[in-house]
Amino acid sequence: MTAGEDAVETKSRGRSWRDIDLRAVAPFAALALLLIVGALVNPNFIGINNLANVATRSAFIAIIAVGATFVISSGDLDLSVGSMVAFVASIMIIFMNSGAIADPGLMLAAAVVLTMVIGGACGLANGLITTVGRIEPFIATLGTMGIYRGLTTWLSQGGAITLREPELQALYRPAYFGYILGVPVPIVVILAVTAVAAFILYRTRYGRHVVAVGSNSDVARYSGIPVNRVRTIAFVIQGLCVAIAVLLYVPRLGSTSATTGILWELQAITAVVVGGTALKGGAGRVWGTICGAFILELVGNIMLLSNFISEYLIGAIQGAIIIIAMLVQRSLVRKS
Amino acid sequence: MNPDAADGAPVVLSARRISKSFSGVQVLFSVNFELRAGEIHALMGENGAGKSTLVKILSGFEQPTSGEILLDGQPVKLPPNGQAESLGIVIIHQEFNLAEHLTVTESLFLGREVTRYGMLDRKFMRGETRRVLDQLGSHVDENAMISSLSIADKQMVEIAKAISRDARIIFMDEPTAVLSREETNYLFRQVRKLREKGTSFVFVSHKLDEVMELTDRVTVLRDGQWIKTAPTSILDGESIAQLMVGRELSSLYPSKQEPSIDEEVTLSVEGLTTHYVKDASFEVRKGEILGFSGLIGSGRTELMEAVAGLRSRLSGEVLVRGESVPGGDVHAANRVGIAYMTKDRKHKGLLLNSRMTANLTLQSLDRHGRYGYLNPKSEAEALERARRRFDIRVRDGRVVAGRMSGGNQQKLLLAKVMETEPDIIIIDEPTRGIDVGTKQQIYHFISALARDGKSIIVVSSEMPEIIGLCTRVAVMREGRIVGILEGEEISEQEIMRYSAGLKKKAAA
Repeated sequence: MTAGEDAVETKSRGRSWRDIDLRAVAPFAALALLLIVGALVNPNFIGINNLANVATRSAFIAIIAVGATFVISSGDLDLSVGSMVAFVASIMIIFMNSGAIADPGLMLAAAVVLTMVIGGACGLANGLITTVGRIEPFIATLGTMGIYRGLTTWLSQGGAITLREPELQALYRPAYFGYILGVPVPIVVILAVTAVAAFILYRTRYGRHVVAVGSNSDVARYSGIPVNRVRTIAFVIQGLCVAIAVLLYVPRLGSTSATTGILWELQAITAVVVGGTALKGGAGRVWGTICGAFILELVGNIMLLSNFISEYLIGAIQGAIIIIAMLVQRSLVRKS
Repeated sequence: MNPDAADGAPVVLSARRISKSFSGVQVLFSVNFELRAGEIHALMGENGAGKSTLVKILSGFEQPTSGEILLDGQPVKLPPNGQAESLGIVIIHQEFNLAEHLTVTESLFLGREVTRYGMLDRKFMRGETRRVLDQLGSHVDENAMISSLSIADKQMVEIAKAISRDARIIFMDEPTAVLSREETNYLFRQVRKLREKGTSFVFVSHKLDEVMELTDRVTVLRDGQWIKTAPTSILDGESIAQLMVGRELSSLYPSKQEPSIDEEVTLSVEGLTTHYVKDASFEVRKGEILGFSGLIGSGRTELMEAVAGLRSRLSGEVLVRGESVPGGDVHAANRVGIAYMTKDRKHKGLLLNSRMTANLTLQSLDRHGRYGYLNPKSEAEALERARRRFDIRVRDGRVVAGRMSGGNQQKLLLAKVMETEPDIIIIDEPTRGIDVGTKQQIYHFISALARDGKSIIVVSSEMPEIIGLCTRVAVMREGRIVGILEGEEISEQEIMRYSAGLKKKAAA
């Protein structure tokens, strides 16, 4: 080889600085900035109670967004998650209301299993329609979004589906309102789900396959990776994450309706993108996603605690955040 | 050659003492370069010598760290992002900048559509396109879709586009890398025609014979330094190669080693047929290097992809040591030891945004941990081994593949394929777009693998490569194997006769 490449082999200066990936750091920097802004706006904001509250409320979006990180990293998109929450939650409550199992403990256990199965099946349907049916994921999940939403409306006959059994309610309530070692259960669940997801994405063969498929499916195919199976499994993971979010959602309100989970897909995708995952696939950042979900909830919280902006503008602000995140991501790509 | 144009013609574009650094690493050192009106100027050098950087600077895509650029004798600061087109400076990229779903006319006028009363003046644009194409002597239909054109015709459209924008200076970066010999000849005829009219070309290529054939002057860069500029007529291929490498090239090809006739047949393909390939049969022995020659589009890659399970087959069998391998199943092929190394390293071979480790182990993740868990240490060791074994030279082990030189990418791709520990290795275009020094290394790797008892198939459009490496050569034409040559028969003329359809014999 040329002497030129030998010459550059000597370690160049500033290497440790260049090793830092700005895209990975950006969401955490934004989070820190928000915390400072919040503290300036309202001294109550920075209190541990308020922050724990915010984290707890971000749980649904955070957990769904962890699943979305897999789908998006593999180069797909799932728009149906919001409807899927409503559908899966409806089925769960209807099952618990059915009284099929007398013992409340057993009943709850069966309901949990059923919820996971239904969630996984909904994800599988999305995956198979996209891969076997060879339909753009955007269109495929736009279709199932309508289907899941429609089925919910039909099941609820346009009204609400409410958990009636008080004994079950009492038994199930701590799943959202309880504490483990002083930490609210939803926060524990977020951390557990994220830790497992990070392990899968960064430390397993499947995770490597997801990133390979997302960054170049031809390279993946030529490397003997079963591309369609990898993509389908990502959708199933998304479905399971939705199911876990439902498991936290039902004890909170004990009721669902046709409007449950509306626009959650937007929030989940926003969290993923804010977290630094590339929307075109190929780079997944699970912890960034959690950070993104937390940022979304914090912005709402700050708006609520401050009197500058009406909290009715939350949707608009969240919409603006995804656009800003994309702009930031792109400018960081250019620099690196 | 066009001596009268080269000597004494005015200088249109020149670079004076151009230096360029990327994040502290200097890649060009005070380089001088001069392009005269109506000349074809070859820019040569090994990978990493700084050719691409110089081309980017001269076309405005990069700004020099120091030094100046003169256009018609006047110092200029070239506008960025291809806006230098307005000054008549056009770069034709290796990967085309044509939208596949536009017609030829639409492509030519993209971004500067002609309108009449606010409506597109299609008739005028079509007429203008036809005129430019006629001027080039090209038969491309102005209404054809870009996607329906051959690669050579696409290149022609790129050139037509350049001309229609009054380009005076055209940079061509390895224009012939994807062209067959006939297509190359066609391209060269058009380039010469334009030279007569005073257009200047900078021709970047690794192919010495083409440089000798086409260009008027040669500038050689080595390690970011200007080495020499001289009329092509006083140089020969050997001397250019020496200037590029800076040392004598010992034999490019290792000595051939023919396997004994009773050596075990590892791979045999019988009557393989796909949508394109017809009834292909051949055998490879242990320790043998079998070559596949033929024109572009003769079906070599399709055949090899079918053998490797990347493409489904309609009929026929693939046998490894007598055992049948199911079709269309990459995993099954991998399991019995067949590995295919793609010719398209950038789109099918490597994840350009991933680091070396992720690329190296992608095809062989099963070897780095159990139950789907990946052991980072084991992967890091694999990378260390591969870097030593295949002499992959990068300044930083964490660099992403897309930032490595072509030669290092090719070595990484070879290493990746070898990680699956295959017995039968199919290498498609082993040295496309890499410099002569790395080529030599790759040839030696291939030869060493064969001596190790691997069976190797080399598919190549570069005939010297096939002749220099292989002990047997199969020639394909229009999806069929039209001949298998051995020993003395292996010569450029003979291979050409088969691939052009002048000669044919039953496949052995």
